[in-house]
Amino acid sequence: MKRLSGLLVLGLSLAGVMLAQGGLLINGAGATFPYPIYSKWFDQFHKANGTQINYQSVGSGAGIKQVTEGTVDFGATDGPMNDDQIKAYRAKNGTGILHFPTVLGADVPTYNVPGVSESLNFTPEALAGIFLGRVSKWNDPAIANANKGVNLPGNDIVVIHRSDGSGTTYIWTDYLSKISGDWKDKVGKGTSVNWPVGLGGKGNEGVSGLVKQTPNSIGYVELIYAAQNKMTYGTVKNLAGTFVKADLASVSEAAAGASKTMPEDFRVSITNAPGKNAYPISSFTWLLIPEKFKDAAKRDAIKNFVKWAITDGQSAAEVLSYAKLPKEVVDRELKALGKVQ
Amino acid sequence: MATSSIHVPSADPVDNSRSFLSRLRNGDEIARLVTFLFAASVVLITVLLVYELWIASSLPRQKFGLAFFVTKLWDPVAEQFGALTFIYGTVVTAGVALSIAIPLGIGAAIFLAELAPQKLSDPLQFFIDLLAAVPSVIYGVLGVFIVIPLMRTWIAPTLKATLGFLPLFQGPAYGVGFLTAGIVLAIMVIPYIISVSREVLLSVPRDQREAALALGSTRWESTWKVVVPFARTGIMGSIFLALARALGETMAVTMVIGNTPSISSSLFAPGYSIAAVIANEFTEATGDLYLQSLIQLGLVLFLLTFILNGLARLFMLLTASRGSGTGRA
Repeated sequence: MKRLSGLLVLGLSLAGVMLAQGGLLINGAGATFPYPIYSKWFDQFHKANGTQINYQSVGSGAGIKQVTEGTVDFGATDGPMNDDQIKAYRAKNGTGILHFPTVLGADVPTYNVPGVSESLNFTPEALAGIFLGRVSKWNDPAIANANKGVNLPGNDIVVIHRSDGSGTTYIWTDYLSKISGDWKDKVGKGTSVNWPVGLGGKGNEGVSGLVKQTPNSIGYVELIYAAQNKMTYGTVKNLAGTFVKADLASVSEAAAGASKTMPEDFRVSITNAPGKNAYPISSFTWLLIPEKFKDAAKRDAIKNFVKWAITDGQSAAEVLSYAKLPKEVVDRELKALGKVQ
Repeated sequence: MATSSIHVPSADPVDNSRSFLSRLRNGDEIARLVTFLFAASVVLITVLLVYELWIASSLPRQKFGLAFFVTKLWDPVAEQFGALTFIYGTVVTAGVALSIAIPLGIGAAIFLAELAPQKLSDPLQFFIDLLAAVPSVIYGVLGVFIVIPLMRTWIAPTLKATLGFLPLFQGPAYGVGFLTAGIVLAIMVIPYIISVSREVLLSVPRDQREAALALGSTRWESTWKVVVPFARTGIMGSIFLALARALGETMAVTMVIGNTPSISSSLFAPGYSIAAVIANEFTEATGDLYLQSLIQLGLVLFLLTFILNGLARLFMLLTASRGSGTGRA
């Protein structure tokens, strides 16, 4: 019965109908990347507090759109809203919107080079060159110099990227934009971009499937996906000059490294972050919470949820391979939560 | 299609002498009204669809105008959008699919309807109907795990070795691409062609065959020169159905086409289709211009279907006088 009413609500909110609900029921929509941890959190939170939160993982873009139009109570996104979007939100709703980082994710380079079973090292120059189409052979000095002793073939590199718009692509292109001026000018960052080279696969499974099938290919997938599927992936040279393998610790360190320079509103990219062991292709994922709520009960429930998620909820994150928020960030978020009225 | 030629006595103007009430009592008028409403709803839905797509795609129309149709660039970051590569991919994959599916499908339908014994024909038909009901994502998986590896290791090298002088079969073969998408689409639409064509062939009157045989033609001559021309309208109908499915197919295509907006003379090259790009980018499309450009692509797909269907019908009309049948089946 609960399931049935959930479906009904889903259908209604999809149709863009605001629900004047008597019981406490909160609707959210947005990013697909954190959906596994969010659904677990909502379930645990429901059991503990009786507040039901429905979340549609419709994508970051749709999440921003829906929260701006007021069809959901909160949104979620893998890339922070830009200034235009925030302005549009303020114009429409007469109040601001706040970003709250919840967990961390990362992108890892995965490849299929026949005869190479070692974990490869990638410099920023090599990654930018490969994805711009300039480094086109596996034995190019840009790759070979960082992988001494590995017998790299002289075959053409086949680049594989995501074909669907996704936060994973946003993080990847955000990183490439930071480390390569050419990438920034020619391609830029976004959930979908105009790729200079390569084939597109739908979703993490599409990319990893194409990489597995295509000899001499390279692609990128989320760390969680790579970890769950026990895929081999390469290390990436960070700002400090160390080759770092992505794992929960190195991703958390990237967030800690970036937290000192983090702006008040948490809209920060932590790719290429400082820190000796910081993994450079990491990112927050955010909840989008309106500054003012008309419904006090809803406001308190959402505030309680965010508070719980960034403190007690974090232990559940690691089980699902999401990196935890560093303590500095949690403290600042708890303070920022006071702004929600 | 042929409703105007069906003679319904109560709907005849001659019957106007009977009072409206008495006709109402007979139920004819009610049936007429209700079925008319059902038929009108189809037109209504089509009009509503076009209207909605038109309204929701005003921004790109103002910004790009007709250049939208001939621009190759699709850059969400710089907000420059053009549909040409997607139109090309859609038309090419549908073309490849039909050129494989039409001969295979019609050949199989002729065998099932005319030549095969009933004992074989009925179970085979059961399997064909089953194939038509398989969800497209299953065909996509089939494409990923069977057609793509076959393409890379066997089909592409063979084609290059034999027909490599044609620009169609040159360049690197990644496994994904126009040809792979066309083959998967062909597998998907063949059941439609077989199923509908077989029914049409079976409904050709027996005396047509007997007349041909009595005139001394062989069994194959009676089939190919009398029965098939008699059923050609219905067979064309099955091809329209196949074309519509091939143009609009999303899931299976996006899994095997390579999702790269490019125009290449090689069928091995990766491409992109309209339906695939809409499915891929719609959820994460931020910004009104981006979203509306995707909606405009939907409108383009609608137009494309309309035009191609129109051309196919025109072709049928132009060739209708050929053959011995009148084209009604």
